[in-house]
Amino acid sequence: MLYNTLVVLLDIDIPMSQILQKPASFFENFDRKPSQQNTTHYCPGCGHGILNKLIAETISDLDIQDQTIFVGPVGCGVFYYYYFDVASVSSPHGRASAVGTGVSRSNPDAVTIVYQGDGDLAAIGTSNALHAANRGENMIVFFVNNNIYGMTGGQLAPTTLINQKTTTSPYGRSLRNDGPPLHMTELISQLEAPVLVARVAMNSPKNIMQARKIIRRGMQAQKDRKGYVFIEVLSQCPTNWRKAPIDACKWIDEVVTKTFPLGVQKDIVDEVEPMIRELKHPEFHEIAHAVGLDKSETLETKECALPYPEIRLKSAGFGGQGVLSLGLIFSFATMKKGLHTTWLPSYGPEMRGGVANCSVVASLEKIGTPVVDTPNILVAMNKPSMFRFAPQVPQDGLIIYNSTMIDEIPSDIQTPNVFALDAGNIAAELGNPKFANSVVLGFLAAKTRLFTLDELKNYVRAYFANDKIFEANVPALERGFAMAQE
Amino acid sequence: MKKLVKGNEAVVIGALVAGCDAYFGYPITPASEIAHKAAEYFLKLGKIFVQAECEVGSINMVYGAASSGLRVMTASSGPGISLKQEGVSYLAGANLPAVIVDVMRVGPGLGNIGPEQADYNQVVKGGGHGSYKAIVLAPNSVAEMYSLTIRAFELADQYRTPVYVLADATIGQMMEPIDVQERDVKHYDKPWKVDISPESNENLITSIYLDFDDMEAHIRRLDAKYHEIAQKEAQAEAYRTDDAEIVVTGFGIVSRLLHTVVDSLREEGVKVGLIRPVTLWPFPAEYYAQHTPENAKVLAVELSAGQFVDDVQLALRKHDVQYYGRVGGNVPSLNEIREQILKCVR
Repeated sequence: MLYNTLVVLLDIDIPMSQILQKPASFFENFDRKPSQQNTTHYCPGCGHGILNKLIAETISDLDIQDQTIFVGPVGCGVFYYYYFDVASVSSPHGRASAVGTGVSRSNPDAVTIVYQGDGDLAAIGTSNALHAANRGENMIVFFVNNNIYGMTGGQLAPTTLINQKTTTSPYGRSLRNDGPPLHMTELISQLEAPVLVARVAMNSPKNIMQARKIIRRGMQAQKDRKGYVFIEVLSQCPTNWRKAPIDACKWIDEVVTKTFPLGVQKDIVDEVEPMIRELKHPEFHEIAHAVGLDKSETLETKECALPYPEIRLKSAGFGGQGVLSLGLIFSFATMKKGLHTTWLPSYGPEMRGGVANCSVVASLEKIGTPVVDTPNILVAMNKPSMFRFAPQVPQDGLIIYNSTMIDEIPSDIQTPNVFALDAGNIAAELGNPKFANSVVLGFLAAKTRLFTLDELKNYVRAYFANDKIFEANVPALERGFAMAQE
Repeated sequence: MKKLVKGNEAVVIGALVAGCDAYFGYPITPASEIAHKAAEYFLKLGKIFVQAECEVGSINMVYGAASSGLRVMTASSGPGISLKQEGVSYLAGANLPAVIVDVMRVGPGLGNIGPEQADYNQVVKGGGHGSYKAIVLAPNSVAEMYSLTIRAFELADQYRTPVYVLADATIGQMMEPIDVQERDVKHYDKPWKVDISPESNENLITSIYLDFDDMEAHIRRLDAKYHEIAQKEAQAEAYRTDDAEIVVTGFGIVSRLLHTVVDSLREEGVKVGLIRPVTLWPFPAEYYAQHTPENAKVLAVELSAGQFVDDVQLALRKHDVQYYGRVGGNVPSLNEIREQILKCVR
């Protein structure tokens, strides 16, 4: 309206299209504002409004209104959505750069604008801001630095100047109590990923024109998907600085810029390639392939005589003896056989005393607890596990132990079915002591009559999905299997 | 198509089948395999995976992706869930759908990495600020880690609300076969989302209402939604409760232990039954009332120092509800539970 009036007053013959008008990305009326819908919520003399206008103009001039998604902060910028006619997301305090990350990744073709103040970005949300910059998220971050917390009542910000008085630095900011002001632009310009890092100011026509240029460059970089842009905007806060607006503008030139100098710290926009991200929506068969499901055939329950209605196996030994793998392959084989099965690794306190163990349950029926308190089959690969678990095995249970490592067995074993297997030495003879668990697995398969040797080998091959590893284990499996039949 | 997987991997496969587009998370034992498998599968499939700088970052990335209309998830364990709670409150306040998996470990503080169920209150009662609820599903098997994760995404979108899958270290770490088949998964239009369409220009994702009356109306609308969820979505399973003189109840891994004990005590003639809640919020209070015989005693078993038992007592106000639990990473033995049940009967 102001410009229209001026044109009439000056009686100049300029086509309306060439006149600088309110940018289309600003709402005509601020209907989202609860009251006083023709004015902004910013205090008189504040720099936010100027920055809002520069951003809105650029959105319109680059014709990216529909593409733009605006992510706002908590602080004086919180009500940005009163003014901008673009898709908008409000963030929790400090989290706009993280929310912006989610928005930008989800909308790879959007121009994501993140708008944060100095408390929001440089205090409570520093980690999120710094890491978004370091990942080179495709977004432009406007960091409004007015050296103070505006919205909450003029408290100390990380960017408050030395000796500056605030409501929480009533004697002035001191090095001793608060440390020096934090230089986010300098910090972020040291990172590899950001493509444009600059500090501008909203305090004078000259600085605003310079800011306008840099903002356009940053927004164009966004439109071109060039990656992360960081623009720190020094903004006057007459209300909380307790200065008249004109004095506040002067104070930026005379004082603030001495600590926070203006200028472009880093600009590699022209050197980098656009970051093209494509979000895919794969079909079920692609998902099945990716998670390795298409390799496994569906199985019917096969004829199977179980030695116990429910096999409750404990496989125990030192870490590194392959006791967890042994249990896992056994569980996998019973699944292949069409049985219900569970595998549960040992935890926390059980790991103490040199015993790593896992529980395997296999049954024709649905399984209740996967925890094995009283195993009906025990595989013990070392002495502590033999002494710990063997006495728990009931009278009809089965114990297979690695006599290479166990020279003595507990006296209170209830079952007569105890088999010593010199698994460690046998495996060593076969070329690798690490295959001791395969010797035991072969023995276990034959002793329980759960699997034929061919079945066992097929299942182990399927488990490894790597023929070389499988082939290396075959002699051990065969030897164990044969020994059980002797 | 069967695969023998850890509960933690089943969550990721369920998420993929549900059409989850994005995963944002931070490593923590015993939930880390969820991040491992999400990284492996999501990236391979052209979906979004970002290891966030912190738990707070990850839940806010979830917020951004949810605002954009994606199906999105994160996963963690106790300490990480505590950190995410502010974000969950914002998700609830902004009517955003998201799935959060909590594979519970031992607390308070650093605790340890053993199994516990002591996140019950912070998850079921809404650990963040404000009057909100999140739907909480409690799987008791690897198969349910898969199927309830899919269900979680459907519920989240249907009601535009965060949904938890609340598991424990045992369910997360154990392996069982899952049977994965192509299935119908419900999807919902999201006209409220932000994207690059002109229609979305007018969309604003927020939870702020400066005017007290507007805010009150917003809270009432949320509450009406929660009321509807409570009416429609509570779910539980009863087992041999018809003639039970004692009803035991527990969720997650505990319900598996209880199932085995119920069977063995029934063989000895002890009239014991089991109720196992599938949803913890909404708590299936009516189901408890319907399936607990009038004079039956009730024993709530949990891996925490008396949290779940409170909801059981609220559901069964006229019953004598006893508590038994182990904490610190210990899981009660079958004999131990059996003794506790017999003690109640005697």
